[in-house]
Amino acid sequence: MHPIRKKRLTIVLFLVVGVSVAVALTTYALRQNINLFYDPSQIAAGEAPVDVRIRAGGMVEEDSVIRDPESLMVEFKVTDFSSSVLVEYTGILPDLFAEGQGVVAMGRLNGQGRFVADQVLAKHDENYMPPEVNEALEKAANKRASESGGQLETSAGY
Amino acid sequence: MWQIFHKLGSPKWFYGIASRLMPWLLWVGVALFIAGVIWGLAFAPPERLQGNSYRIIYIHVPAAFLAQSVYVMMAVAAVVTLVWRMKLADVFVKSVAPIGALLTFLALFTGAVWGKPTWGTWWVWDARLTSMLILMLLYAGAIALGRAIQDEKSSARAVAVLVLVGVVNIPIIQYSVEWWNTLHQPSTFKLTEKPKMASEMWVPLLMAILGLYMLFGWLACLRMQTEVLVREGRTRWVKELIQQGGTR
Amino acid sequence: MAFDSLEAFITMGGHGPYVWSCYFVFFALSLVLIQWSRVHRRFVLRTLARGYAEPDTAGTSRASADFARVDTSDH
Repeated sequence: MHPIRKKRLTIVLFLVVGVSVAVALTTYALRQNINLFYDPSQIAAGEAPVDVRIRAGGMVEEDSVIRDPESLMVEFKVTDFSSSVLVEYTGILPDLFAEGQGVVAMGRLNGQGRFVADQVLAKHDENYMPPEVNEALEKAANKRASESGGQLETSAGY
Repeated sequence: MWQIFHKLGSPKWFYGIASRLMPWLLWVGVALFIAGVIWGLAFAPPERLQGNSYRIIYIHVPAAFLAQSVYVMMAVAAVVTLVWRMKLADVFVKSVAPIGALLTFLALFTGAVWGKPTWGTWWVWDARLTSMLILMLLYAGAIALGRAIQDEKSSARAVAVLVLVGVVNIPIIQYSVEWWNTLHQPSTFKLTEKPKMASEMWVPLLMAILGLYMLFGWLACLRMQTEVLVREGRTRWVKELIQQGGTR
Repeated sequence: MAFDSLEAFITMGGHGPYVWSCYFVFFALSLVLIQWSRVHRRFVLRTLARGYAEPDTAGTSRASADFARVDTSDH
């Protein structure tokens, strides 16, 4: 390669590397602000500010949704499988809201560790399945779980 | 090896190759894309949670995918412009930037319309959506800068530097959903893993992506040929080409 | 076919407006860009052909220099 081109290529590489490093450092410094929401572990650890509008996100815990029969108030637990936070919300929930589904709630954390939401967004996961396939998969998973329960004991003994 | 590389840079050679490629790109692209979209819209099964709204994926993902890979191609062309001063690389960048801008806009638009019934909001300032918006601004900046500078050589270099600096945004878009908490879900397709999607859903999606790729190639060739004609209008080969009616 | 009737296909279980507006905007804007590119190409070809047809374009005439600089700034 021609020496002048070699020199230009070096300058170009330095430019790209330099900009990448600068951007990487900036995003690293801003990482808490880039995160859209706090997860329940962060809230439990006291990382989230109290009485400031924040977002909390995670999975709606199974069997935790309590709907008030009189009003649109709902109460549910959001979990990341290590800790969970209690959320209360009054309003219409998105179609995809269900137990075992991801959500992002916007609102304030009050003094008692309850999260009072004024907006709840549903988070979709990256899996796309037709309804029948999903049912079949779940059935298979349950079957495997019950079978492996027995297997576990034998393998533990062995 | 370098000889082939320099031949690639010859506008005349490019013009001939493009003319031969274009009918194939257009018709195979149209067939694949339309087949993928119709399959996705009418024949693919509904999604277990989203129902039918997920059918937006058959244009959302191709547009978003192309928007990013067009930018990567532009960045490669920008390196060629800066290091080898190849004019055809600049022709590529200038011709393709508006296509990339449109695809980015379409990815954002279809994403917003999809987000409303699925997430419950049109827009949220999460890392994926914001970095995609930055991509659109980069495209717009490249178009505006290229037009603002009259001198062909300075314009080529300025745009190339801008495009190259902006390329850091591409890995940010790609990995935003893994590095940070976002509302947007992680990628369904990864090179190393099986797609997290039923095959009767992703086969049409793959067809739509390939088809759109080819249609992009066709439109890129068409626009590049035009740009070559404008820049090489005074050369003998262009004059002969036009007088012989070889531009149909 | 994933739908029982044409009506079910149009309404998409209540998601019809979202799905169809996406597809409409996608195709409409794409076709606008394609058409724009083709019109521009035709314009450039016509301008160039007119330039070559002028009698004094042979050699180093100003006319041929002018049409090459013609404003074709729609990309």
